[in-house]
Amino acid sequence: MAEIQIKNVAKRFGSYQALHDINLTIQDQEFMVLLGASGCGKTTLLRIIAGLETATEGEVWIGGRRVDHLPPKDRGIAMVFQNYAVFPHLTVFENIGFGLRMQKLPNDEVKRRVERTAGLMHIDQLLGRYSGELSGGQRQRVAVARALAMEPDVILMDEPLSNLDALLRMEMRAELKGVLAESNTTAIYVTHDQVEAMSMADRISVMHQGKIVQAASPIEVYRNPAAEFVAGFIGNPPMNFLPATPAGDGKWTVAGQILDGPSRTTPLHFAIRPEDLRPADTGLAATVKVVEPLGAHLLVTCSVDGALFRAVLDSDLTVRRGDTLTLAPQPDRVRWFDPETTLAVA
Amino acid sequence: MTPVTTDVAAPDTRRAGRYVYIAAVVLLCAWVLVPLYFLLINTLSSPETVNSFPKPFLPEFDLGSLGFFAGFAGILTALKNSILVAGLTMIMSILIGAPAGYALSRFDFRGKEAFRLLILLTRAFPLPLLALPLAVMFIQTGLDDTVFGLSLVHTTLAIPFAVLITFSLFSGIPLELEEAAWTLGCTRLTAFTKVVLPLILPGITASAIFAFVISWNEVFAAAVLTIENRTLTAFLLQNLDTSPLHLKFAGGFILVVPALIFIFAVRKYLFAMWGIANR
Repeated sequence: MAEIQIKNVAKRFGSYQALHDINLTIQDQEFMVLLGASGCGKTTLLRIIAGLETATEGEVWIGGRRVDHLPPKDRGIAMVFQNYAVFPHLTVFENIGFGLRMQKLPNDEVKRRVERTAGLMHIDQLLGRYSGELSGGQRQRVAVARALAMEPDVILMDEPLSNLDALLRMEMRAELKGVLAESNTTAIYVTHDQVEAMSMADRISVMHQGKIVQAASPIEVYRNPAAEFVAGFIGNPPMNFLPATPAGDGKWTVAGQILDGPSRTTPLHFAIRPEDLRPADTGLAATVKVVEPLGAHLLVTCSVDGALFRAVLDSDLTVRRGDTLTLAPQPDRVRWFDPETTLAVA
Repeated sequence: MTPVTTDVAAPDTRRAGRYVYIAAVVLLCAWVLVPLYFLLINTLSSPETVNSFPKPFLPEFDLGSLGFFAGFAGILTALKNSILVAGLTMIMSILIGAPAGYALSRFDFRGKEAFRLLILLTRAFPLPLLALPLAVMFIQTGLDDTVFGLSLVHTTLAIPFAVLITFSLFSGIPLELEEAAWTLGCTRLTAFTKVVLPLILPGITASAIFAFVISWNEVFAAAVLTIENRTLTAFLLQNLDTSPLHLKFAGGFILVVPALIFIFAVRKYLFAMWGIANR
């Protein structure tokens, strides 16, 4: 059982505030992804959980035990690093067995566990090699196997796939997800790649400027972003925004159109995902700027009321640069944000 | 139009450039190797051949001159002193230099770049300027004419290299390796002994050998600061002055060979000093 609780964690580097009052609970055996642009504090948070960095304030609990004063080796964690950190002076076998040898396990137990995890990661053929003789993908597998062999309560991963090429990344993504689900460990996975986050996570914590903006399931984060940042960060292309002015009685004026919305009196931002737009008789008037055929879809970049606006349309449509489209937003997919707080408005 | 003209001239120019390049390499090699070769021939020749003309180009394998040195009074003491001083220099320069190298590579502190430059600049300071004040100071403190006193001076000479070599060695080891070791059950100390140390040990050895050679080769401070406990260089400098020619050659040979072998053994790491490690 390894539930992780992060309570009021803050981190300052000199005068720079890297993390602000982070509160997060990760369930036992959950796959949590920390997602954010570089510099958002996600790696710092991971390193605080690992014990490689000390929090300025706050507490970290793993499996009901407060660990923030303990060194990394006493926290019941294992970590996979971005650059793999495979020890170059040891063979693959000794790399995977390194942690087990530190625990002074008997030789046959070390051998059994190394061979089992090497089998899981399909590197049983490489046990006698040194890291200099391995490819990037193989080193990645060694690093994961080394962490799994520890049979840790928690496995921490810092952008483990970012140094692999695109094809290998896709392959490893599925494989990692399978292996980790099998191993019953709690996993925290740091990435800036939203596709990785969406495809692997049970839950995603979106981080921005040292804060967790939203922690929810991938679909929830995608459909109901808690803030404009999340809406603009997740999804490719991201959500469209347009200013909306109240027209009274839950009605809103968006680019000259009257739409239903929340009953508020201050101006809001109207938001819609590009794939939730359909050409129709009434709707937002959009002047087409660029048309990009993507096979299954057309990505149409247009201008609505002077603002940049993207739509993902069926590729059967004939759309040309300079055309004017009338795009109707799917009513149940429209979201509203308060421009003052940037938070979502129900 | 310039590219056209260079294109036409290119093969000729390139061939000429190659000749110049090869000639320069040959010249530089000869510059170093020819004196060494003559040293070798004359060392292994009988006194008559050494003093005759023209000189042979092949050695005679006459071990007379070398044999003379083995029996020369005081030479064994001098050899022992040399090894002691060089050994002490080696140990002290690594003990002082390696932590400085680690600090330079792992921590950020104010004046780091200036400090690096300053370390190098100590080599630019001429030792003869220091010799007299040092001698006076050593006499006052009783360090004069001792193995330890001389090795202190040699350590000062060797430290800049020890710092720069170990700095580049430590910089070549990613912090992530140490961190990985910590998460796998190591303390800071065991991570250092199990991961960092095995990785830098060859380099540390090389840097130690280099310090040894610096001390072995040093003659000025050794000649000024010792009288009874002379090192081999100072001893030979003193005695060879009045020796016959064939003994001068043999003495020179004894001095040059160990240094050459050592430097050849660690040449790879000396490049590392400038951050162009070939690994």
